[in-house]
Amino acid sequence: MAQFPRDEYLAYGHRGCAGCGASIVVRQALKAIGKDVIVANATGCLEVMTTPYPETSWKVPWIHLGFENAASVASGVEAAVKTLKRKRNKYQNKDVKIVAFGGDGGTADIGFQALSGAMERGHNITYIMYDNEAYMNTGIQRSSATPLYASTTTSPAGSVIKGENRPKKDMAMIMAAHGVPYVATASISFPEDLMNKVKKATEIEGPSFLHVLQPCTTGWKYDPKHTIKIGRLAVDSGIFPLYEIENGEFRITYRPPKKVPVKEYLKLQKRYRHLTEEQIEEIQKYVDERCKLLGLW
Amino acid sequence: MGKTKIITGTSAAAEAARLCDVDVIAAYPITPQTTCVEKLAEFVANGELYAEYIKVESEHSAMSACIGASATGARAFTATASQGLALMHETLFQASGMRLPIVMMNANRALASPINIWNDQQDSISQRDTGWIQIYVEDNQETLDSIIQAYRIGEHEDVLLPVMVNLDGFVLTHTVEPVKIPDEKDVLDFVGIYEPKHAYLDPDRPITQGPVGVPEYYMEFKYEQEKAMERALKVIKEINEEFANKFGRKYGNGLVEEYNLENAETVIVAMGSVCGTIKEVIDKLKEKGEEYGLLRIRTYRPFPIDDIKKSLKNCKNVCVLDKNITFGLNKGALFTDVVGYLKDKKVSNYIVGLGGRDIKPEDIVDIFKDGEKCGDMSTKWVGLRKDLVE
Repeated sequence: MAQFPRDEYLAYGHRGCAGCGASIVVRQALKAIGKDVIVANATGCLEVMTTPYPETSWKVPWIHLGFENAASVASGVEAAVKTLKRKRNKYQNKDVKIVAFGGDGGTADIGFQALSGAMERGHNITYIMYDNEAYMNTGIQRSSATPLYASTTTSPAGSVIKGENRPKKDMAMIMAAHGVPYVATASISFPEDLMNKVKKATEIEGPSFLHVLQPCTTGWKYDPKHTIKIGRLAVDSGIFPLYEIENGEFRITYRPPKKVPVKEYLKLQKRYRHLTEEQIEEIQKYVDERCKLLGLW
Repeated sequence: MGKTKIITGTSAAAEAARLCDVDVIAAYPITPQTTCVEKLAEFVANGELYAEYIKVESEHSAMSACIGASATGARAFTATASQGLALMHETLFQASGMRLPIVMMNANRALASPINIWNDQQDSISQRDTGWIQIYVEDNQETLDSIIQAYRIGEHEDVLLPVMVNLDGFVLTHTVEPVKIPDEKDVLDFVGIYEPKHAYLDPDRPITQGPVGVPEYYMEFKYEQEKAMERALKVIKEINEEFANKFGRKYGNGLVEEYNLENAETVIVAMGSVCGTIKEVIDKLKEKGEEYGLLRIRTYRPFPIDDIKKSLKNCKNVCVLDKNITFGLNKGALFTDVVGYLKDKKVSNYIVGLGGRDIKPEDIVDIFKDGEKCGDMSTKWVGLRKDLVE
């Protein structure tokens, strides 16, 4: 992508928190796709903050039903567009992209079955998981995408149990195992990379999945001005490597010039403030092993 | 003008969906619905129907995909039964709340536990407050005709609601009967093209569907749904007439069907295929000079209370048959719905046919006789095994 398009498809004035990362995911993704898109949205922060009736922030056609069915809704929309094109001459001379947005809860947990079905069936849709690593809309409860030792309201750092006791569910790899033509991870702190991936995902024939890490000022508990900085630290520390898997070919898309210790990333967020040196060490070890496996460094 | 085929109720439903030229089918198999979705798959595979057929991974996704399709402006169809309908529960509200005229065949089947694949109507009755129009058919011909009518009713500008056509599992789904299959052209003339003004997803005219309904607006959305249900009463009657004029078949006034009510003091109120048995019993008793009647409720939601009151105005005793049970009240849903409007009658409730328990002609005779002398609002479980319960 030579230049970022100036067109905006998510209007300002929505109810997102200051420093909200979810709205940045959508802003960048829609810039990459352009106006010929239909969006299916799972219940969650994004849907709640952008559509309080009678207002809407969406300048593109948009549909929302429930928490767990964005992938199924997108399947139905895709099928309808296909049929209406052939039977009723609608959407002529248009390549309408069907994109679903779901949070980590709506995607990795309650919407997992619907997503698996939609990917397996081969619909020509792109599913974008905006991952803020917990149920932020309902008050920061733990999801299967919550990382090891993060404190949430249902995995609190207590005197006996020190935050979340399980590592993060690896959604990108699970989707890759479905054999879909395109899977990628992306970060709002690397807009060019993110937009290139969204473009590729929507232009490729068949299902595609994007896992976008999106820092959340409210749930991760940091100064709102640090959203982009924290996103960058997640990538540079190897916590969240950027890669793509295109037709089975794995490729690192961004290699951090120098490895940043995970501590730099963790210390800015109050969800990690209870961590002991041993726990930080353990996270560092876990990250190093995973990065080695992916060939990041 | 068409042809007659000897087919099951599920095949009749599939034929109807084909004749209506549905655009998107999303379905998941469940006994005793399966033969419907198999038949539709055959139609698509053989090029007899051009539709996108989404083989979803669950009924929840079946309805979600139908909603996505219908909201895009496509004519959507699905079929289910029992557990599948229960799994759809949440999405049923979403379909009606978004005012999408999806049509669904439901093969009435009991709910677990214990798991039971046979017929009763607990499944759809349990969904009565989801905002769907509910039609209960008596035979296979009515299944086909009702699905055709359902698209006209649901897509009517005054209505814009989803429609569930219920047929009794096995009794109709797996029993063959002669069914008149009208010409496709005549059906298409009748149903027309679905061109919704409120439901489309078009980049050239973007709209937001399914927003957050804050307290300042939510109640009005629900009130509008209720008003649409009330308007549907009139629309269902009109479409029943129009259908009769075009195809030569009608089902009562579309809402209720009267059978031998003129001289009957004792009347059964019931829904579904059992009405065929009841009519036979009434005919037999008539031969002996005894007059009994039947009021078949064809449209259960919206509930045609004015028509029911009118039809029952001359009778004394009303026996309400329910193939469902409201636990903790020991009444069926049809009884509780109707009883408040029949204050001058002697009314009694009969729980029948749960989980496929056979309803024999003798049972119907017994119910008529019991209703004559009883009528004390009591509930009787018909055909209950005395050797198993106290």
